[in-house]
Amino acid sequence: MSTVAIIDYGAGNLRSAANAFERVAASLVNSPEIIVTADPEVVRRADRIMLPGVGAFADCKAGLDAVAGMTEVLEERVIRGTTPFLGVCVGMQLLAREGREKVITEGLGWIPGAVEKIKPTDPNLKIPHMGWNTISVTKPHALLENIPDGPNGLHAYFVHSYHFLTEDPDHLLATTDYGGTVTACVGRDNIFGTQFHPEKSQALGLKLIENFLGWTP
Amino acid sequence: MTLKTRIIPCLDVAGGRVVKGVNFVDLIDAGDPVQAAIAYDAAGADELTFLDITASHEGRDTIFDVVARTAEHCFMPVTVGGGVRTVEDIRKLLLAGADKVAINSAAVNDPDFIARAADKFGNQCIVVSVDAKQRLDAKVGGDNRSEWEIYTHGGRRPTGIDAVEFAAKMVERGAGELLVTSMDRDGTKSGFDLKLTRMIADEVEVPVIASGGVGKLQDLVDGVTEGHASAVLAASIFHFGTFTIPEAKRYMMDHGIAMRMDAAAA
Repeated sequence: MSTVAIIDYGAGNLRSAANAFERVAASLVNSPEIIVTADPEVVRRADRIMLPGVGAFADCKAGLDAVAGMTEVLEERVIRGTTPFLGVCVGMQLLAREGREKVITEGLGWIPGAVEKIKPTDPNLKIPHMGWNTISVTKPHALLENIPDGPNGLHAYFVHSYHFLTEDPDHLLATTDYGGTVTACVGRDNIFGTQFHPEKSQALGLKLIENFLGWTP
Repeated sequence: MTLKTRIIPCLDVAGGRVVKGVNFVDLIDAGDPVQAAIAYDAAGADELTFLDITASHEGRDTIFDVVARTAEHCFMPVTVGGGVRTVEDIRKLLLAGADKVAINSAAVNDPDFIARAADKFGNQCIVVSVDAKQRLDAKVGGDNRSEWEIYTHGGRRPTGIDAVEFAAKMVERGAGELLVTSMDRDGTKSGFDLKLTRMIADEVEVPVIASGGVGKLQDLVDGVTEGHASAVLAASIFHFGTFTIPEAKRYMMDHGIAMRMDAAAA
């Protein structure tokens, strides 16, 4: 049986993520096993890896660093290897070279860019950007297949005050609009990240997770 | 593309069962919270809130089970409030599957609790419940205070704290969202206290959820257009089938409010 490792580093809505993955997995012919784990060895053996994350960038990075050997295993499997990887919310932001939330914090640096505060042009717009918004695919991707986008598309659930500005426009896969363009999805090769929460995004989220579980980068 | 206004059905829960308190006192049993949550999820509710209303006086372990079972079936954001007093309470609720917690009495008693909670779990999951009631001496005026004061313990205990000042202070401490409930309107079906809602929504940077008093669909519209709320919360109009979530969404959309119609269209 193939396995999907959801990384437990003390910074995520792990139960919600696991529930959504388990729901989708159960609907597949060859259901993968969903494992929530803080053990780098389990992650090393996993066929797919998911990194959740809620809270502040610096706290999440410190939490990940505190799990001995985890970053090394992630780099071995995802950067030097080809294991499909999904980062969600701060788990996606950590892919950047640096986070600029309150303090400057070094990220994993897998995708060139930085995480900056969103600055809506309309001062009446609330921060955080919290709630349901549609997305606009800027570059077609296997994980976004069969997900209707645009103003009449499905909605994704966002809750964030910062977003990922990629240096290479090719790494920007989808955006949303909140008083200006806000990054919704980033990726390259076997790496994919969403600012929104697929595990909280009903139909859109479950479809994206299904796409991830079937993804051969 | 634009951010949509959220409709949030609120399930008041006591002993693992749904109740709806009229002015938080008279309770009518209205069913199994998990079944209700599943129905709301299917109907296209944008979020769900559980308020454990007996939490201040009784054991509340049943709520963890309700949250855990709900999170297995519903892939939308879930907020849990009622009796949240410690960092450990928050951790247990998040681990059970909650996405946000709503904090009331503990925030009033110790505002720094909000700062500690936001530091630990992030602002995005810390909702402060602003339970406000018009001051009896409000008409007197001239004392630089707003017309509303904060209540705790499910609306039974006045604190003398100014509601608008309190709201601003909570956001400063790290609240990511405010649930503003008019204790005067709750259970009356006479509409939100729009003045209260707007005064707080215009004062703070974070989203405000309007709560307390919804009786008709126009009340939901008014909460957004006049109250400046980012989300509207209601209980009995949905629980007792007066209106469905899709009906409410369509009405709001027809009145010029951007709504998420994914489920209604499906």
